[in-house]
Amino acid sequence: MNGWRLRLLFFIALLAAWEALFRLRLWPPYVFPSMLSVGESLRAGLADGSYPLAIAVSIRRILMGYGLSLAIGIPLGLLQGRIKFVQDTVGTLVLSLQALPSICWLPLALLWFGLSEKAILFVVVMGAVLSVTLATADGVRNTPPLYLRAARTMGAQGLTLYTRVILPAALPAIISGMKLGWSFAWRSLMAGELLYVSLGLGQLLTMGRELNDMSQVIAVMMVIVAIGLLVDRALFSPVERRIRERWGLHTAG
Amino acid sequence: MKLELRSVTKTFKSRRGDTRALQDITLDVASGEFVCLLGPSGCGKSTLLNIVAGLEKPDSGEVRMDDQPVTRPGRDRVVIFQEAALFPWLNVCDNVAFGLAAAGAPPAERMDKAMQYLRLVRLVSFKKAFVHELSGGMKQRVALARALALEPQVLLMDEPFAALDAQTRDSLHDELQDIWAQTGKTILFVTHNVREALVLGDRVLLMSARPGHIKREFCCVLPRPRQIEDHALVDAARQVLADLKEEVMAAAQEEAEHERLAA
Repeated sequence: MNGWRLRLLFFIALLAAWEALFRLRLWPPYVFPSMLSVGESLRAGLADGSYPLAIAVSIRRILMGYGLSLAIGIPLGLLQGRIKFVQDTVGTLVLSLQALPSICWLPLALLWFGLSEKAILFVVVMGAVLSVTLATADGVRNTPPLYLRAARTMGAQGLTLYTRVILPAALPAIISGMKLGWSFAWRSLMAGELLYVSLGLGQLLTMGRELNDMSQVIAVMMVIVAIGLLVDRALFSPVERRIRERWGLHTAG
Repeated sequence: MKLELRSVTKTFKSRRGDTRALQDITLDVASGEFVCLLGPSGCGKSTLLNIVAGLEKPDSGEVRMDDQPVTRPGRDRVVIFQEAALFPWLNVCDNVAFGLAAAGAPPAERMDKAMQYLRLVRLVSFKKAFVHELSGGMKQRVALARALALEPQVLLMDEPFAALDAQTRDSLHDELQDIWAQTGKTILFVTHNVREALVLGDRVLLMSARPGHIKREFCCVLPRPRQIEDHALVDAARQVLADLKEEVMAAAQEEAEHERLAA
């Protein structure tokens, strides 16, 4: 409760400072818009349906891209964590590609897939799949050998060993990988939409820039932050908390 | 049930040279027998247990169970480890039901079995608890229930009480003797604690180190249930301890020799 009050106070102070700075008139309003005009942009955008549409398009893309990333990343990570050959080959590739910001794939993606949804999906997947794969592989590799021995002595083997021991043992690592993957996916999507204009929140942002409407730019930025934060708080935090409780990892306080 | 070990030999290879962990171990365990393997650390007793479990393979010799060679782990020979190795993602009841679930038993059957064996170790009221909420002794009792739920013919226990405090260990000795009497399981129990071996075992096999082999066999005929402070038991322990000390010294000397050669 105290934490929440502090956070609330901090953000109110931040908004007040913003408005105060605006009133000093150090910069013209098109460079540094007032908090109120950003609020007005937000309201108008929500009211005329342009924001909801953009949000819907972006959410649809991220759901597809992120879902695909999980569908590829988790099985790949499982293989990579258990089979040395896959680790030495694919694992090394995944690790190297991790150094590449996924938006760098856009030129190739446009060439391969054209100006289509597929191109942007590709960029999103390349953003998220690597961290999901790496985290899953790490989690699998770090499965305590004792768990495996205990399971084997109780007759578990092959696929059963994967689904009933290795996967659940790696779950905490997989969840952190999924969380990281989500934020990478969201960033990649925004970068892609900024550069490649066809609906979505990124396009709204570009539009704001082209119309020199910084109120809109900031309003859209806030929407992007809000969605990212909402997913983190509503989806990942409760799952992480549950796992910490179950595993007995929660620290006092 | 008949468990036979024939000339089991195992060598560990490492960059520092080979270590003969087990040499020519031959042993018969009869149905319902409680056999303790007693020896100093590093004498290969855990390795021997792992070989019986099928978790490791001998270099030569073989383990036969009911005339079938043991080549891999099986539900007829379940191991209980020093750390309980319970799964933190499952509650107590699901942990006990694990082996049955892995074998594809229907939910109703495995819950019945799990409850039956939780009753045996008197932990029914903890069935929904998370693993980290249990004390060390409770964890081992759950591990025992989890192994028993598979209704194995042989229980292989690898120093299961070594990490527990003395009081908890004593009460688990009572409990294990009790469960053994009730279920009639064959138990192969590894320990470095002389009195523990004598409290539990019908037979105590004293192992010596490097190469690990069975040096001497003691039959323990003291009436049950035995307690760790029984006079007769303490006397018997003194004799075994003298032998064991020799082994510990020999192991230490051998280690020192190894050190000297390496230096």
